[in-house]
Amino acid sequence: MQKQSVFTSRWLPFALIAPQLAVVLVFFYWPAAQAVLQSFLLQDAFGLSTTFVWFENYKELLSEPGYFASIVRTFVFAFAIAISSLSLALLFAVMADKPLRGVGIYRTLLIWPYAVAPPVAGVLWVFMLNPSLGVLARGLRELGVDWNPLLDGNQAAALVILASAWKQISYNFLFFLAGLQSIPKSVHEAAAIDGARPMRRFWTVTFPLLTPTIFFLIVVNIVYAFFDTFGVIDTMTRGGPAKATETLVYKVYTDGLLGGNLGSSAAQSVILMGIVIVLTAIQFRFVERKVTY
Amino acid sequence: MANVTLRNVRKTYPGGVDAIKGINFEVADGQFCVLVGPSGCGKSTLLRMVAGLETITSGEIDIGGRVVNQIEPADRDIAMVFQNYALYPHMSVYNNMAYGLRNRGMAKPEIDKRVREAAQILEIVPMLDRKPRQLSGGQRQRVAMGRAIVRQPKVFLFDEPLSNLDAKLRIAMRVEIRKLQRRLKTTSIYVTHDQLEAMTLADILVVMNGGIVEQIGNPLDIYQKPATTFVASFIGAPPMNLTPLNAAEFASRVGNGGTLPGAPSGAILGVRPEDLTITSEATPAGGVGYDLTVEAIERVGAETFVYGAHAHQAETAAVSANPGELPPGEIIVRVPGQAAPAIGQRIKATAPLDKLHLFAADGRSRIDL
Repeated sequence: MQKQSVFTSRWLPFALIAPQLAVVLVFFYWPAAQAVLQSFLLQDAFGLSTTFVWFENYKELLSEPGYFASIVRTFVFAFAIAISSLSLALLFAVMADKPLRGVGIYRTLLIWPYAVAPPVAGVLWVFMLNPSLGVLARGLRELGVDWNPLLDGNQAAALVILASAWKQISYNFLFFLAGLQSIPKSVHEAAAIDGARPMRRFWTVTFPLLTPTIFFLIVVNIVYAFFDTFGVIDTMTRGGPAKATETLVYKVYTDGLLGGNLGSSAAQSVILMGIVIVLTAIQFRFVERKVTY
Repeated sequence: MANVTLRNVRKTYPGGVDAIKGINFEVADGQFCVLVGPSGCGKSTLLRMVAGLETITSGEIDIGGRVVNQIEPADRDIAMVFQNYALYPHMSVYNNMAYGLRNRGMAKPEIDKRVREAAQILEIVPMLDRKPRQLSGGQRQRVAMGRAIVRQPKVFLFDEPLSNLDAKLRIAMRVEIRKLQRRLKTTSIYVTHDQLEAMTLADILVVMNGGIVEQIGNPLDIYQKPATTFVASFIGAPPMNLTPLNAAEFASRVGNGGTLPGAPSGAILGVRPEDLTITSEATPAGGVGYDLTVEAIERVGAETFVYGAHAHQAETAAVSANPGELPPGEIIVRVPGQAAPAIGQRIKATAPLDKLHLFAADGRSRIDL
């Protein structure tokens, strides 16, 4: 049996990969190149003339205090989302891994939120936490919290983190559950006979055996928090109040599409692209190295 | 050091399936007890109940004079070797062995002393810093043993520990386990489906089938006097030849003119393949003779197994089919060496009276001749 296909025509292989190549070129390389090019250009206010300005856009961007604030904010969001959704997902997965009555129902329900589109999730949380008509907001006020995310930046940030983390729990749950189920039952039993109580068993056996999954999910969650939270932010806060929830991705959108500053927006995109490349490289290292212990 | 006593132990799963249907036996201090039986007979479940990994529906399990029914596995003072070894993949060999001691708050120097001692006994000292995945199957097996012995528990439990090894290594490890157990004198319960392993390891053999004990005793006694047809065909390889006899046949074949006390109708006659001799002489008085047509021959070197169909095939079709039992009408004869009749040849195989086993028609009890 031949494993490699042999093409008699020289052009057939090229023809066969052409559609895929075309898609990648048109929808990825071309816009990426456009962004890089755009980041070196400066347009006048009316879009009538364009000047090539080299790194002027970058210089201006990096000297802008608002940009640094946005970088810090994005990282804070990313870690808050990753840590909260990972720890909750792990807790749920450990619970759902136990032999329970109706465990299939729990598992299914825990996976469902992943099917909800981010803007829908955003709207859902906006309703529940709306200061004047939200169910949860009312509860919070009764607890003595002066709840108003429309005015309070920290509360708005918490809201975005909450909704984004909630959305990601299902995904993490799925991976954790698979990770837990790949640990042989007899290893837990051996640890039980070896005198390890449930908590100690978790931290000395289960958790270390889950580290490959955890590292993988940390990267995935950070990438998610960096980019995929756009829909949540756009429906919930639109970056406000007073830019308190304006992450890097949202700033690209506001500066470029709403502010019309295409040069700066493009420069921001290029920087973001760099971050994605680094994160993806790290991610591949962990995905390819399946066993890390 | 401890006795293990099981008193009317039962296990019923929530669905109503009875896995263990009332088991009684005692393993004396320092004895090596082997539970043997076909897959699904409940032997592993029973072992896991002793370990505390399965609940006990009713009855009592007593380790060293203490009923352990409600005691956690960790506090039963047992160590278990699992079929897949269940080593902690992220820990070094050293830490795999030290883990159980650390959990019990033992002082570091004492842990170190015990781990090194065990490693020496098991000849795994050079591997102490390796991870389980860097070890071969046999080495992993040793580490699993090491993890059990460092604890110096009252009882060792083995759950088919050799079934993942190749045939050669299995024999070598079998001998080592026996030597180790003799040296440590720790009470042990060992589960296997391999009757050869069971015969060679056991001080006391418990033959199980369908959640009940078929027979308990010294392995040779069980081999020589199987209590039921199940035991007769399960212990010994190849299995014992079993043929049901009607009253007339009983008189003519077994009696051979002589008389036997209380000859029951429909009894089952058993003869081990090694007790049959191919001969042209007359059947010895009181013995049995089969007229066979040779159907197949297996040569294994030191001995040869001759499979023959005997003439009364039609009458014997109703034999109950226990696992491992021969198809009705087939008789195996063991011949020492390699000389054997040709396929299709008609032969006569006989056995003397003192080599015969007789069972009641239902196969559940032995009739002493």
